[in-house]
Amino acid sequence: MFPDLQLPPITKEQLVRYAGASGDFNPMHYDADFARAAGYEGPICHGMLSMAFLGRALTAWAGEGGVLKLTARFKAVTYPGDVITVSGVLVDRRGDEVDLTLEARRSDGAVTTVGAATVRRPA
Amino acid sequence: MPLDPSAIGRQGSVVTYDIDASEVRAFADAIGDPSAVYRDLDAARAAGHPAIPAPPTFAACRRGGDDVREGLDMDWSRILHGSEEVELRRPVYVGDRLHVSQRVADVFTKEGRSGVMDFLVLEAVAPDDAGELVYTVKRTVVVKRRPDEGAP
Repeated sequence: MFPDLQLPPITKEQLVRYAGASGDFNPMHYDADFARAAGYEGPICHGMLSMAFLGRALTAWAGEGGVLKLTARFKAVTYPGDVITVSGVLVDRRGDEVDLTLEARRSDGAVTTVGAATVRRPA
Repeated sequence: MPLDPSAIGRQGSVVTYDIDASEVRAFADAIGDPSAVYRDLDAARAAGHPAIPAPPTFAACRRGGDDVREGLDMDWSRILHGSEEVELRRPVYVGDRLHVSQRVADVFTKEGRSGVMDFLVLEAVAPDDAGELVYTVKRTVVVKRRPDEGAP
């Protein structure tokens, strides 16, 4: 059984921190005028921040060095204030290696990110 | 405009990254991960690591020279992130010196319900100082064509 990871609401400060820590300074993630001109309500979260949440759910379960492979596909945007929950399903196990599928969901039920992963986690 | 398939294989410059503890901590802070293993060497060693590891998606943020994009006929202001794949041979560790570069792995066009989309796949490889591969990262970005840009 893979435990859900429920995150606190995403904050604008977190987007700025993530921009700095990742080096991704696309104004879509902090400049409200820029984001609205592109058709969004305001700055949107980095897709890679959503992927990092999938990674957090995995390392919470398998340990900090346990992720061998992680793939994410970005399906819907996340805004500051959204509450994200990551859930996962075990798909296969080969010895110590486990394959999972993952998803990140907003509290309105929309799936923002779907993922697949292989982690090392001794049985 | 559609991307020219002759761009496939084009190589960006190598960027050398010396991974330090403060950038790993800043990344863990930014993603809200409270684990002491990302912040404290004793905690990392107790968890079986030779040094402080970085969270898995940190690798995707150290991807080599952006000059791989130069000359590609793509409107970067309209770009969407389609997908990302991170494959780790081992964790990235504080103290690593990584020599990372990316190349254009693929270019293709799809026609879907919402119109014509151009796809660009960039693949980064990260060998360490000993030449051992630490990770590969594959990023797919998408630009939706404007109606006046026509079909493929």
